[in-house]
Amino acid sequence: MRYARPNTPGAKVNFESRYDNFIGGEFVRPVKGQYFENISPVTGRPFTEVARSTAEDIEKALDAAHGAKQAWGNTAPAARAIILNKIADIMEQNLELLAVSESWDNGKPVRETLAADLPLAIDHFRYFAGCLRSDEGSLSQLDANTVAYHLKEPLGVVAQIIPWNFPLLMAAWKLAPALAAGNCVVLKPAEQTPATILLWAKLVGHLLPPGVLNIVNGFGIEAGKPLAQNKRIAKVAFTGETTTGRLIMQYASENLIPVTLELGGKSPNIFFADVLDKDDDFRQKALEGFAMFALNQGEVCTCPSRALIDKKIYGAFMELATERVKKIKQGDPLDTETMIGAQASNDQLEKILSYVDIGKKEGAKVRAGGERLRLGDGLEEGYYVQPTIFEGHNKMRIFQEEIFGPVVSVASFDGYDAAITTANDTLYGLGAGVWTRDTNTAFRAGRAIEAGRVWTNCYHLYPAHAAFGGYKHSGIGRENHKMMLDHYQQTKNLLVSYDPKPMGFF
Amino acid sequence: MVSATTAALAKIADLVERFGPLMFHQSGGCCDGSAPMCYQRGELKLGARDVHLGDVGGQPFYIGGDQYELWKHTQLTLDIVKGRGAGFSLEAPDGVRFLIRSDVCST
Repeated sequence: MRYARPNTPGAKVNFESRYDNFIGGEFVRPVKGQYFENISPVTGRPFTEVARSTAEDIEKALDAAHGAKQAWGNTAPAARAIILNKIADIMEQNLELLAVSESWDNGKPVRETLAADLPLAIDHFRYFAGCLRSDEGSLSQLDANTVAYHLKEPLGVVAQIIPWNFPLLMAAWKLAPALAAGNCVVLKPAEQTPATILLWAKLVGHLLPPGVLNIVNGFGIEAGKPLAQNKRIAKVAFTGETTTGRLIMQYASENLIPVTLELGGKSPNIFFADVLDKDDDFRQKALEGFAMFALNQGEVCTCPSRALIDKKIYGAFMELATERVKKIKQGDPLDTETMIGAQASNDQLEKILSYVDIGKKEGAKVRAGGERLRLGDGLEEGYYVQPTIFEGHNKMRIFQEEIFGPVVSVASFDGYDAAITTANDTLYGLGAGVWTRDTNTAFRAGRAIEAGRVWTNCYHLYPAHAAFGGYKHSGIGRENHKMMLDHYQQTKNLLVSYDPKPMGFF
Repeated sequence: MVSATTAALAKIADLVERFGPLMFHQSGGCCDGSAPMCYQRGELKLGARDVHLGDVGGQPFYIGGDQYELWKHTQLTLDIVKGRGAGFSLEAPDGVRFLIRSDVCST
């Protein structure tokens, strides 16, 4: 089926002409009264306007957050958990609306938002509602009369800067643990994709006490920087790229506050020879695992963008894999049959094409795709790129840099050691894939790869309760797991003596 | 190792007029990464291993040392395209985005 485009008859979502910031429980105009056009990558045309905020709006949001932090931090975990569960329930009741909005704002297929972005985001709130209820401090019995209590306390007011590739899901990944742990949040969505989180705030914002959640929109330099640099935040969480990651750490160092960073990767996807041993379901699963580079148009930090294929099966595997990739259905993101949609922005499209260009110039062979795709039916100006397979070697730039597009760079390897060496020959270490029928090889390879997440005989699964985060240049901290609560809490140690007698030092 | 198109140079001149001296730093990683970031000069604290690739429009262009090792066989051209958003890069609110185009060095 095909969903009606927003603001047309029968549409699941009708955008307002303009969206303000969500501060202190209300939608408020930006102080300077400026807005920017929000473009849909599906059509390349603007569909609404969003607040273009400045430092003054960040200060208002921080005022609201600081006003709310004491009461929220002291709210019983049971009460906070109930609110997180209610947020999840309302999201579930509005799943299609939010899924279509996300597709329109980001360009990704609604097939994916319906099946992944929204269900995962909903589950994330429920997961942290549960974690919160089971979270507990500890105590140490130091001697007969002395006890050290370790109590967990929220950090206070935290800043979160959200990427544009899974706008609502990435916001959920950061918001759910921060709110669960009792923090107030000032969140800045990506300027490429601000719409769905604002629709979401209209649906669920009233569930939280005013000031607990604040959403300030705008550009990085105008709104993100005054937030990240602000002396009134206790922590900053960022997903993005390395130079901005460095800048965020630099700002945090000025304030001596912690950061968590997720900065991307260049994930190897290793196929050992035995994947082709039988013509069975597992072979099909492995081929699907290869084609996953095109999921979300390749705009995933863990995109399996380097496929390493055992030399013994290279020719046969690549024939099957290329055939599989050519079956990927690309088209209107609002058609539930469409598997890959539009890149999120024009500059993203241009960057991908510039990498296709340097790939060719470096001598990599284009096995499939390699061009921009022009669709019809009003989508002519949308940002579509064909799924592209390059064959080359690991020193080429297309093997070393995150293209963030539906582009895979393929090389062969000769033996286990070569596979691991090549897999680890990268600045990054976020994700990896290992495909084999031999459990011993799978385990050994999984341990040897320097990456925070090694998918073994699967790929691109993001369930809550499986820690996600990077080694090497890919970042600091882990998301998607109860350990995330620790990134949003600090430990209070009460060292208590129950001995009525003097200590006897003086 | 780095040059700029006429359109990029015009944007640099415009930004210099509004913000003063600038600096560029080539980013890596996801989202807006693998693209150059433009800041007011001195905004990003340079590290001992950052490499100065050259100047564009009179403004210094840097890349991290590890990344330099992987890029040094290519010639870079700073260009500008229509765009939306880019970390904390200065040109983004103008609806444009700096972009790197590359060639393989002939020597």
